[in-house]
Amino acid sequence: MTARYAVQEARIRRVLAGIAGCSLLFLALIMVFLFMEGLPAFLEIAPPDFLLGMYWYPASDPPEFGTLPLLAGSVAVTLVASLIAIPIGVMTAVWLTELAPSFLRRLCKPLLELLAALPSVVVGFIGMVVLAPLLQDWFDADTGLNLFNGGLMLALMSIPTICSVAEDALHAVPDSLREASLALGATKCETIFKVVVPAAFSGIGTACMLGMSRSIGETMVVLMVAGGAAILPASLFDPVRPMPAAIAAELAEAPFRGQHYHALFAIGLLLFLCTLGFNLLAQYTSERNRQDPE
Amino acid sequence: MRRIFASLLLPLAFAASSAVAAEEIVINGSTTVLPVMQKAGEAFMAANPGITLAISGGGSGNGIKALNEGLCQIAMSSRDIKASEREEGKAKGVNAVRTAIAVDALVPVVHPSNSVAALSTEQLRDIYNGKITDWSQVGGSGGSIVVVSRDTSSGTFETWAEMIMKKEKVVPSALMQASNGAVAQTVAKNRRAIGYIGFGYLNASLKKIRVNGVEAGQDTALSGEWPLARELYVFTNGEPGGAVQKLLAYLLDPRKGQEKVREAGFIPLQAKAGK
Repeated sequence: MTARYAVQEARIRRVLAGIAGCSLLFLALIMVFLFMEGLPAFLEIAPPDFLLGMYWYPASDPPEFGTLPLLAGSVAVTLVASLIAIPIGVMTAVWLTELAPSFLRRLCKPLLELLAALPSVVVGFIGMVVLAPLLQDWFDADTGLNLFNGGLMLALMSIPTICSVAEDALHAVPDSLREASLALGATKCETIFKVVVPAAFSGIGTACMLGMSRSIGETMVVLMVAGGAAILPASLFDPVRPMPAAIAAELAEAPFRGQHYHALFAIGLLLFLCTLGFNLLAQYTSERNRQDPE
Repeated sequence: MRRIFASLLLPLAFAASSAVAAEEIVINGSTTVLPVMQKAGEAFMAANPGITLAISGGGSGNGIKALNEGLCQIAMSSRDIKASEREEGKAKGVNAVRTAIAVDALVPVVHPSNSVAALSTEQLRDIYNGKITDWSQVGGSGGSIVVVSRDTSSGTFETWAEMIMKKEKVVPSALMQASNGAVAQTVAKNRRAIGYIGFGYLNASLKKIRVNGVEAGQDTALSGEWPLARELYVFTNGEPGGAVQKLLAYLLDPRKGQEKVREAGFIPLQAKAGK
């Protein structure tokens, strides 16, 4: 009897290992493909021109493939989005775990999850049709499709991610710490900001990194609302063309395996390295500051 | 038993289907003409089950080259054939015959509240290459000009670049939009913007600009007065015959192919034929 179970057990284990292996294999193949299609760009275009060039004219004759404006666009929208989303996301998490009455918490959590489920094309549409004309009027900007609009919409999309991961981190802080702090005479506020938040710091850091990695990779929203001008932004209301927007807009028309096609894949490679960096940083912060529960 | 039947029937079925789909027309060329051909092609294949179309883009030059090399029966082109291309074809025994199927016309548009109503092609070029940056420089009421353009890989951009830009580059700060609809939307919502769209995308929330003193309209586009109009062509080897002729007749039919021309945002030819 037990022998049969052991055989079955081993079989199940092998199947699961096989499935896990498959997903790893797919990931590896995607990376191989990305490198295969992207690396030729560096042979066709001198790397300094590609990485530091100021002009992106892929269809001109002769073409120019300077990705610096695209990279700057991506970094700028991510920065703006993070400056808005991180404080709001973390504070919301603090309020939900520490202060909100339970009926409000039960009401707010699903709403927040709904926000996370909002399709990005819908968010982009709101930015384009509702927010852009308002921004134009309020700030007398040249265009409502700009860095600030893109940042705001990306913030809207990354707040739920940041909030829910940060909330988990705050939940994981043992009640004994809160009780000890209150027993020593600390106020609720002091307990939250001097005990609970520092104890959950690593988890909150992870939340921020995941939020940023979501912002930098998001495509539809920036394609629709960031304006699409390949320039280095000088103000909050300048239009930008982040990397994912450039890829999405141009890949369909780029001649197969041509210079432009390879250049777009090389941008994909840059983008991949950016998100990989954020995810590694997220892992690093969560590893380094891991707190033992007791 | 059943298996034997299947193995007997299968080749028969294949033979039957290949007899029905005996004719395939390979079409290659301009990405500007591509949407018309795709829309009309779908309807054409539905109406003629015996003919299949293999349609691909790749640019006018590639299409004509493929026609010369016998790789396609129909080449789509947004420009006339060059003398060098005609010679090249003759050397290979190909005689390219031109048929116009539609007129492609772009219109510069601004916000309805803009006081500027007319511009010259030179002024348009200087606005788009960044030499003119304020509406007051072209007789407007002042305020910076927000330049809206199509993505550089689109056929619409190509037309604009050829007719207006003349090899000059569009200023990097231009808002590059992914579709005609997005350009229309952006300009309709922005008092300082200027954009250009295909004829089919004009609506009441946009103001047309007169160019070189010519009013934009179907008649001026068809007569050739409108400076931003061009005919779209298909080229065939010799006078078309058989299935190819059938397809061209379909494309030129005012109620069939020409209706698809209108749907794709171009101007149908029948207004011209009526005159």
